Amino acid sequence: MAGTAVSGRLAWRVARLAEARQETPSARTLVFDIPGWPGHLAGQHVDVRLTAADGYTAQRSYSLAAPADGDRVELTVQRVPDGEVSEHLTGRYAAGDPVEIRGPVGGWFVWRPADPAPVLLVAGGSGIVPLMAMIRARRAAGSKALFRLVYSLRTPAERYYAEELLRPVAGLDVTYVYTRELPEGQPGIPRRISVTTLNTAGWPADFGATSYVCGPTGFVETVADILLALGHDPHTIRTERFGPSRD
Amino acid sequence: MGVVTPGFTGRARSGDPRLPPGQYLAEDFPVLSTGPTPRVRTDNWEFTVVTERGEKRAWSWRELFALPSEKFTVDIHCVTQWSKLDTRWRGVPVETLIGDLDTSADYVMARSYGGYTTNLPLADLLDGQAWVAYEYNGKPLTPEHGGPARLLVPHLYLWKSAKWVRGLQLTTKDDPGFWETAGYHDYGDPWREQRYQGD
Ligand SMILES: Cc1cc2nc3c(=O)[nH]c(=O)nc-3n(C[C@H](O)[C@H](O)[C@H](O)COP(=O)(O)OP(=O)(O)OC[C@H]3O[C@@H](n4cnc5c(N)ncnc54)[C@H](O)[C@@H]3O)c2cc1C
Repeated sequence: MAGTAVSGRLAWRVARLAEARQETPSARTLVFDIPGWPGHLAGQHVDVRLTAADGYTAQRSYSLAAPADGDRVELTVQRVPDGEVSEHLTGRYAAGDPVEIRGPVGGWFVWRPADPAPVLLVAGGSGIVPLMAMIRARRAAGSKALFRLVYSLRTPAERYYAEELLRPVAGLDVTYVYTRELPEGQPGIPRRISVTTLNTAGWPADFGATSYVCGPTGFVETVADILLALGHDPHTIRTERFGPSRD
Repeated sequence: MGVVTPGFTGRARSGDPRLPPGQYLAEDFPVLSTGPTPRVRTDNWEFTVVTERGEKRAWSWRELFALPSEKFTVDIHCVTQWSKLDTRWRGVPVETLIGDLDTSADYVMARSYGGYTTNLPLADLLDGQAWVAYEYNGKPLTPEHGGPARLLVPHLYLWKSAKWVRGLQLTTKDDPGFWETAGYHDYGDPWREQRYQGD
């Protein structure tokens, strides 16, 4: 199994906000400086801990949005209405403010640049975050692995990394699926990801591709079931579920 | 105390004594697993217990269903920080399945349909602490939550409660399973926040 064994205690490190970018009206990309960051693989996540003045702490997991770059670590946080941690990180949290971060965590939902197999990335909403780290890691490593991204979101305004994904990259095909509202002037009607979408925009089952599916539970379940129905080997389908579940 | 984040106050705290540190109360039932949900059929389902010397017991679905079962209500805790209180289940105590097998094993590797594994001390599966559960909330356990049957070890983080469980291998060595190899804690006590290796 592709495990990254972690030895010793996963230490909490002090991280300070170096830069922030508003990704969409409700999501913010945070770039931290974490002295001594050990590096990570695309697809891994970290735990972020906030401490209040009275000592109360809250801790949440966030996927790493970009490959390791020295002491710089990038996350993208979606504001959850009334969310204890995400509201603070997308709101008042300002340059220089500290949080504590530990990681990286997770050794299964990862992509390694040495892997030449074709890759299918299927993102639902903020599930794009760890998949974007894989796209960026591919570019950073000069990998020639063929990538396809299917990105499902409600409206064009909710696209993360919009400009970066619009720039053409050789070997990366991007397909958007809008479930509520299409971009101006695009014909058709909003729809959800279907067998047809993945049959057209994914890889044939016998291509030996690895699929990474990330998003809310219902989305991940649907996509994984479609991939199975299209004949993909269950062992080639890796999933990460976050965000509120539906059942 | 940790490093204070200016302006962070946190939410009004529930202070529920039944919530382990770092957990929040979930009203829904989130699903977490590493790949597609296996759809395991019960007609060729089999559950096995194998000792460290290779002695083996096996049950078909019908045979498992015919064993004396218990209804139990427990709190469950996921390492991703949600907890659910008073969840209602039905299943066969693991003790019944181990029965009078001759073993001096201290550890168990739980194996699932789909290839998942997780390791536990055998003692944590005995004395009414663990079940092979096949009903949730009075209904057959759905595939998303590990149906037809899952291990349930409510006093440990939920990844130890292997979904789609197919058997227990008793061993004398504490070999790490799937998540343990990926950096999660070998034991996983929610009350001690044993999330990752070394916690
Ligand atoms: C491995 C992993 C990676 C993640 N990566 C990202 C990421 O890259 N970007 C991002 O924005 N978020 C990510 N998340 C989700 C994140 O950890 C928080 O759950 C989210 O930011 C909400 O936290 P909050 O404190 O704002 O809301 P809270 O105050 O915790 O909760 C608001 C409501 O949302 C529901 N809820 C919150 N979290 C969860 C959950 N994990 N599962 C089910 N229901 C929940 C609860 O019912 C709660 O009532 C990830 C989660 C995991 C497990």
